[in-house]
Amino acid sequence: MSEEIIKDVIIGENEEYIINMGPQHPSTHGVLRFEVCLQGETVKYLIPHIGYIHRGIEKMCEAITYPQIIHLTDRMDYLSAHINNEAVCLCVENALQIEVPERVKYIRTILAELNRIASHQLWWSAFGMDLGALTTFFYGLRDREKILDIFEESFGSRLLHSFIMPGGLMHDVHPNFQKRIKEFIAYFRKKLPEYDQLLTGNIIFQNRSKGIGLMSRETAIAYGVTGPSGRGSGWSCDIRKIAPYSAYDKVQFNEMLETEGDTFARYKVRMREMWESMNILEQLVDNIPEGDYTAKMKPIIKLPVGEYFQRVETARGELAVYIVSDGNKTPYRIKFRTPNFSNLFVMNKITSGYKIADLVAVSGSLDLVIPDIDR
Amino acid sequence: MLNREELSKIVLELVPEAEIPEGTQYPEAIIPAEKLVELTEKLKSDKRTQFDYLISHTAVDFLTHFTAVYHLDSTEFRHLLVLKVKIEERENPEIDSLTGLFPTCEFFEREVFDLFGIKYKNHPNLKRLFLEDDYGFPLRKDFRDEVNIIER
Repeated sequence: MSEEIIKDVIIGENEEYIINMGPQHPSTHGVLRFEVCLQGETVKYLIPHIGYIHRGIEKMCEAITYPQIIHLTDRMDYLSAHINNEAVCLCVENALQIEVPERVKYIRTILAELNRIASHQLWWSAFGMDLGALTTFFYGLRDREKILDIFEESFGSRLLHSFIMPGGLMHDVHPNFQKRIKEFIAYFRKKLPEYDQLLTGNIIFQNRSKGIGLMSRETAIAYGVTGPSGRGSGWSCDIRKIAPYSAYDKVQFNEMLETEGDTFARYKVRMREMWESMNILEQLVDNIPEGDYTAKMKPIIKLPVGEYFQRVETARGELAVYIVSDGNKTPYRIKFRTPNFSNLFVMNKITSGYKIADLVAVSGSLDLVIPDIDR
Repeated sequence: MLNREELSKIVLELVPEAEIPEGTQYPEAIIPAEKLVELTEKLKSDKRTQFDYLISHTAVDFLTHFTAVYHLDSTEFRHLLVLKVKIEERENPEIDSLTGLFPTCEFFEREVFDLFGIKYKNHPNLKRLFLEDDYGFPLRKDFRDEVNIIER
């Protein structure tokens, strides 16, 4: 009798079953579904299902002009809106062989770094919340608000700015721009150590993130995992260093690398990147040259026949824009190689064998933004 | 880091029938479809080139033919190469899969299959990625959808 019961339990343990995580799940931060195959509590394999909010941005772009495309790129990775805009603008300027004024380059770099800090702040807030530390959300959003206020004052919008245009900027920045950035840096330098006190040293947090979701450097390269997630595995993949654009060749900064490759390493990379972004901001904010906010542009932008490729580093990794032009004012074909698309598909590889509770930690540490995957 | 001439020389060494266009932004090579896997494998393992990172893969519809485009990068040397393959067949376009060499290509290929209808030989899981099974191939230039897309 007792033997039979034990046998029953063992049969139950070995049974596989499928759990659908999403499309509406708080830890996927968007409409994404993981089809998770479990054996007991252990993940056997995982299949991501995407396309719930596929808008066909690439197809839409084939019917609209280049300045109009800028507004659609905001809607891909909405947390790196400035950097997405910049990618298309750099590609267009490169094709037209336009040299933008120095002032534009400096302001673009400042905006990109502010955007990176704001994005990492929101990631930190949500990541803490995913792992049960609800306080992080209040701390992170409180500080992110300061950056959004700077954005609002200069561009009138807080999240999707469409401020960077081919040839320069849409208009000049607000006279308070430099002053408020300096205020923000002074403020955030005091507040960032609080993040470490609250979460980084927390033993529960460390136990849930150390040694989880191990990704080797080879895996990162093979799956094209870029950005802080790739750098957490020791792969130096920072486009700001490899192929400097805008004013990145004029500033001194280090590429943040961690070699452990686990969830905690990816966490550390982003925390250190926030410090480094503030260093970059400090080097630039006092040295913005005077001058025009845009180069002379024709009212209708037509790219010469050819193919153009531009890579930039967003807050999540490498964004590449590939434009095929047939000489018209609309692109013949435009392709966005978005960082999250590649980062998502490594999930199966790095979560197999771990517990289902770790899945949330791993997907949080990859910092996925779903509209960027679905485009 | 190899420059344009050295890269073209290595590609021509491996595939003599390759076509090297001039005046492109990055070094480029148009190669026959049947040589794709062989060449990429060699470019990946060759000590001089070491193209181990596939940045992106996509396709372009030129109405007369499709062009599959591969952007390759080397994490060691940081040089970039654009590989192109022309697919003349329009009804049933087919090309070899690079999934075995670059796992990331599996999903780029599924996206291209979804939006262009290009089939990949030896692909482990060739299913549509974003759209439903009975939807057309929207990134083809002759695609028409009266319901959802307004013509300008």
